[in-house]
Amino acid sequence: MAAGAASPIRRAKGEVLHDGFLRHAGFRWLKIATLICVLSIASYMLVDVTPRHNGGSWYGYAMGTIGVLLILWLTLLGLRKRAMTRGRWSLKAWTSAHVYLGLSLIVIATLHTGFQLGWNVHTLAYALMMLVILSGLFGIAVYATLPAALSNNRAEMTQVQMLDAVRAIDRQLHDAAQPLTHEQAALVRQSLEDDPFGGGLIARLSGRYPRCATARAQAALRRWTGETPDTGNDPLERIDALLERKQAMLARLRRHLKLKALLEIWLYVHVPATFALLAALTAHVVSVFFYW
Amino acid sequence: MTDRVRIAIVGSGPAGLSAAARAAALGLSHLLIEKTDHLSDTIFKYQKGKHVMATPSQLVLRSDCDFEAGKREAILDRWNAQAADQGVNVAYNAEVKAIVGIGDPIPGSIQKIVERRRDGTTETKEIQRLAPPYRLTLSDGRDVIADAVVMAIGTQGNPNLMRVPGADLPHVQYQLDDPGEYNDEHIFVVGTGDAGIENALGLAADEAQGNAVTILNRSTEFASAKAANVKALMAAAEAGRLAIMTETTTAKVEPGFITLDSRDGEVKLKCDRIIARMGSAPPRAFVESCGIEFTSGDRLAFPKLSPVFESTAPGIFVIGALAGYPLIKHCMNQGYDVVEYINGNRDLKPADEPILAAKFAGLPEKKSVADWLEYLRANVAVLEGLSPLQMREFMLDSEVRAYRRDDVIFEKFDPGSSLFGIARGQALVEVAPGVDIPIDQGSIFGEVGLISGRRRGATVRAGADSIMVEVSRTAALKLMSSNPPAKRAITRISTERQLLQMFGAGLTPADLADILDTAEIRTVKAGEAILSEGDLGNDIYVIRVGSMIVEKKIGGKNVFLSYLPAGSYVGEMALIAGGPRTATVKATVKSEVIRLNGDAFARLMAAKPALLERARRDMAARQDVNAFIESRKDSFSTVVDMYSETAKFLVDNGIGEATDVLLIDEHLCVGCDNCEKACADSHDGLSRLDREAGRTYAHLHVPTSCRHCEHPHCMADCPPNAIHRGPDGEVFIDETCIGCGNCQRNCPYGVIRMDSVPPRKPGLLSWMFFGAGPGPGEPSKKWRAKNAEPGVEKPKKAIKCDMCSGIEGGPACVRACPTGAAIRVAPEDFLTVARLGGEAR
Ligand SMILES: Cc1cc2nc3c(=O)[nH]c(=O)nc-3n(C[C@H](O)[C@H](O)[C@H](O)COP(=O)(O)OP(=O)(O)OC[C@H]3O[C@@H](n4cnc5c(N)ncnc54)[C@H](O)[C@@H]3O)c2cc1C
Ligand code: HEM
Repeated sequence: MAAGAASPIRRAKGEVLHDGFLRHAGFRWLKIATLICVLSIASYMLVDVTPRHNGGSWYGYAMGTIGVLLILWLTLLGLRKRAMTRGRWSLKAWTSAHVYLGLSLIVIATLHTGFQLGWNVHTLAYALMMLVILSGLFGIAVYATLPAALSNNRAEMTQVQMLDAVRAIDRQLHDAAQPLTHEQAALVRQSLEDDPFGGGLIARLSGRYPRCATARAQAALRRWTGETPDTGNDPLERIDALLERKQAMLARLRRHLKLKALLEIWLYVHVPATFALLAALTAHVVSVFFYW
Repeated sequence: MTDRVRIAIVGSGPAGLSAAARAAALGLSHLLIEKTDHLSDTIFKYQKGKHVMATPSQLVLRSDCDFEAGKREAILDRWNAQAADQGVNVAYNAEVKAIVGIGDPIPGSIQKIVERRRDGTTETKEIQRLAPPYRLTLSDGRDVIADAVVMAIGTQGNPNLMRVPGADLPHVQYQLDDPGEYNDEHIFVVGTGDAGIENALGLAADEAQGNAVTILNRSTEFASAKAANVKALMAAAEAGRLAIMTETTTAKVEPGFITLDSRDGEVKLKCDRIIARMGSAPPRAFVESCGIEFTSGDRLAFPKLSPVFESTAPGIFVIGALAGYPLIKHCMNQGYDVVEYINGNRDLKPADEPILAAKFAGLPEKKSVADWLEYLRANVAVLEGLSPLQMREFMLDSEVRAYRRDDVIFEKFDPGSSLFGIARGQALVEVAPGVDIPIDQGSIFGEVGLISGRRRGATVRAGADSIMVEVSRTAALKLMSSNPPAKRAITRISTERQLLQMFGAGLTPADLADILDTAEIRTVKAGEAILSEGDLGNDIYVIRVGSMIVEKKIGGKNVFLSYLPAGSYVGEMALIAGGPRTATVKATVKSEVIRLNGDAFARLMAAKPALLERARRDMAARQDVNAFIESRKDSFSTVVDMYSETAKFLVDNGIGEATDVLLIDEHLCVGCDNCEKACADSHDGLSRLDREAGRTYAHLHVPTSCRHCEHPHCMADCPPNAIHRGPDGEVFIDETCIGCGNCQRNCPYGVIRMDSVPPRKPGLLSWMFFGAGPGPGEPSKKWRAKNAEPGVEKPKKAIKCDMCSGIEGGPACVRACPTGAAIRVAPEDFLTVARLGGEAR
């Protein structure tokens, strides 16, 4: 290429500029986590614990300690994410390690139990850990699939702009509704007064709002407009077009909110379950040492 | 009626007011003449409550009026009171229309005024200057005769006026102070620059005001306004809040009505108010008509002045912003000094003397400031044509340093946009390891950084014990615009050096003489082609400023081949291989190229085989790319399309002039806004980035965030010269910012905001465990208001991305992205990103 004399870039050529957290540094943490799992399983097979593998053997203690340390470190991601300190850290690398080392816990913790599960605080800790891990898996599934959809859906608009657009249409609806009969105007008002995002979590996550007042207003107004041919100067036609636009904008906004909610909702399981896990883990460790 | 005074002072800004106060204190008969009905119109027009800053802090104030940093209102009140107390005579509502001498003709003193007409032709008028005293003609019909005139009219100039019948009616106005003032009116805004659009939006913002707002545009485009403003205008029109009429001009204004010439013929509409925002004309024409010559025809040039601010018209003195000193403190000091001088005080040292003395303190010998200035002027060739006053001003913006033999002056790849002049000694430029090229006393170096705004191309050391002047970019630009010979000298040297550096290959300045004589510098508009595919021609083009893209038509489509930053060259293929041009080369932004005569270049190549070899290698690399694209055209047409389209998108978004830009891969972005939070928490709690806003193409998103342009638009007009390029190439604003908002208006990408530093937040852990404070990220307005220190006013300053310079680890936005969606890249690299992205999918 045109080699300008003073090449301003210091970045080494061939350095990969850009990869996501899952591929980070050529899957470094996937490799490390796999190695840990393989070593754990191999040692489980090779080490002979009598009468059988359990959490109380020296091998069990070793695995348990590794597990606890890992869990504490995994929890620290919440702190790392928010502590904007200086230094050469990258949250991407942390997330990458978090995901793969977090998954390796399945192996480490299970081997720690020696497959001895029951109805007790120890198993509660194990179950909570699996819950955290499963929610994490859901998390990376949505992180991997939804961002592109989010981007496509918003078509360069920001959330604030979308809300503004709905408000602008509302203003036009308000003006256009002035010449209407009382009954018709009431329908338009229904759309104006509706909270288009009401309906709770289910509606938010599914993106379905069966009781949307705008949709119902339009359906109802079609009773008047349905019969008459479009002449281009009936105020109802204008209302109809505006309602159509409002519906399209609402659909986009609702999709936007749905995708954003899906990208976040799992954290509302992941994080509280983490704290429950920490509590259960403390109980588990204390009880083990207390009754020893 | 005619008044007779010793000193007439025109303009009551800080400069004029301070001059008048001094005259009053000395008991000189004087008149301060002000166009408006209040003092100091420029400051009067600042937005309400603006915090006015008193920079430079090390400069002592020498004036009979007080001035310290504070609210606009407090400063104006103080000045009004002081003007009254000190017995300053003011004539309000009096615009000076003409100043002519009434003495005898001054032999040999003829003023040449070059007038540029719209069609590009010029006309030169010659006026015989007459000796003082001067007669000033005021707009209220009065005449004033004065022995000396102090011109302090600032640089605001006058708004361009409407020139239709009825334009002088009272409901035609040229400014809008408070859009909330008008209710239920039919208002027409004339002019679709940023000012007009902002006014129209302001008037239509609140529906409750019930205004019917229409904005008139002479053409169909909104070329002179910022994209964000145009977008907002379109949205407002779409929402029915205002009307836009394109291809419409005003034909007539009558009370209550306006008549327009539109596409559909003449229409007469109801109209209660007209707000005309058609730009303003600089005061230059008026100043010239008074016999005051400017240093050059350049738009940025200032009047020619003596060390005591006397212009080419004897007895007329020019001070303040009009003289090139836009800071209030400078203005006030000059007002004092100039009146002292007129009153016969010849020993007064300028107030900036200590600042200059400090600059010279580190030099080996002890000389007075005046001697040092003269020493530098006499020993650095490009400074030769400067007057002592210009030298003073020049040195205020520059530095001078002594170096010992072998000291490093700057290193290769250092960022830097300053120019060095060698006043004593010698510089050694390391063109290759162990190969030094000397540059001798009197000459300059470092000019490539100045011209192309990129990193240093070589390490430079002192070849002997030396004294070097480091000229900041601003000072260098001022120098070039005010001094045509300096401009020519710098341009020629920089062209020569750029060629030497580019082609290397053992060339010497002597080899280039032939080429330089035919070299021509051309400005290229964004989108304009310097080469077109299929054209004949063998000239070589060197990109000096800006950047270009290379495109080729394949199967009827323009396919993007490569991106050429400043410092590269094109055109060698036709010269070496013969035949027509094989590709089209277009400017991505307004650029400058050096055109080298093909035949002269061919002769040089014939004489220098190493150069030919070098050009052949570059050509081969380019042919490879062409072949690669050609080979893919069937099987991979979508990939190639994608690559071209993405490249085009990036270039359209101003990345052609970027040096480092934040991109977000929307395949990975989960919208957590941790980048914005990290930005805020790394910089006093204010985010300099709006992730969601901005353009997106093929999931590559360019958020609203600084691109660190090669030639930053924000730097163009910064009164305290507070915007610099820092050690990592970042463009940053230092603490001397006065909050005037010029940079914000000049930035085409809308990435600068004006805000004050929010109160300190409690630490992260107290938030996590005890819920103290607003948590990570920029605190809300509400929290800020509640936690503000009562009674302490924090100035609003300009803030923008500084690439986290000085923060170890680099840009916080990138470090804090959990998924790796946020990346920072230089333009040479992101096209690779685009290509990789294209191939991966
Ligand atoms: C928004 C903004 C913020 C700024 N903030 C700061 C800051 O914080 N600190 C700082 O140091 N600088 C600041 N500046 C720069 C500073 O305000 C100006 O450079 C300074 O006011 C120039 O002073 P002056 O006396 O030369 O001219 P001006 O202040 O421009 O005064 C010129 C006066 O002359 C009058 N006049 C013009 N033509 C005629 C005529 N023909 N006849 C009669 N009267 C005439 C005008 O009405 C005006 O009152 C800011 C500038 C702007 C635009
Ligand atoms: C016991 C194991 C784990 C613990 C204790 C744990 C804990 C945490 C915590 C505290 C956070 C910070 C959330 C926040 O503050 O926003 C987090 C985030 C996250 N975790 Fe886990 N986690 C575990 C396992 C996993 C696993 C197995 C995965 C993936 C398969 C995973 C994926 C993630 C992801 C993707 C994030 C979000 C990162 C971000 O958006 O900033 N976690 N986890």
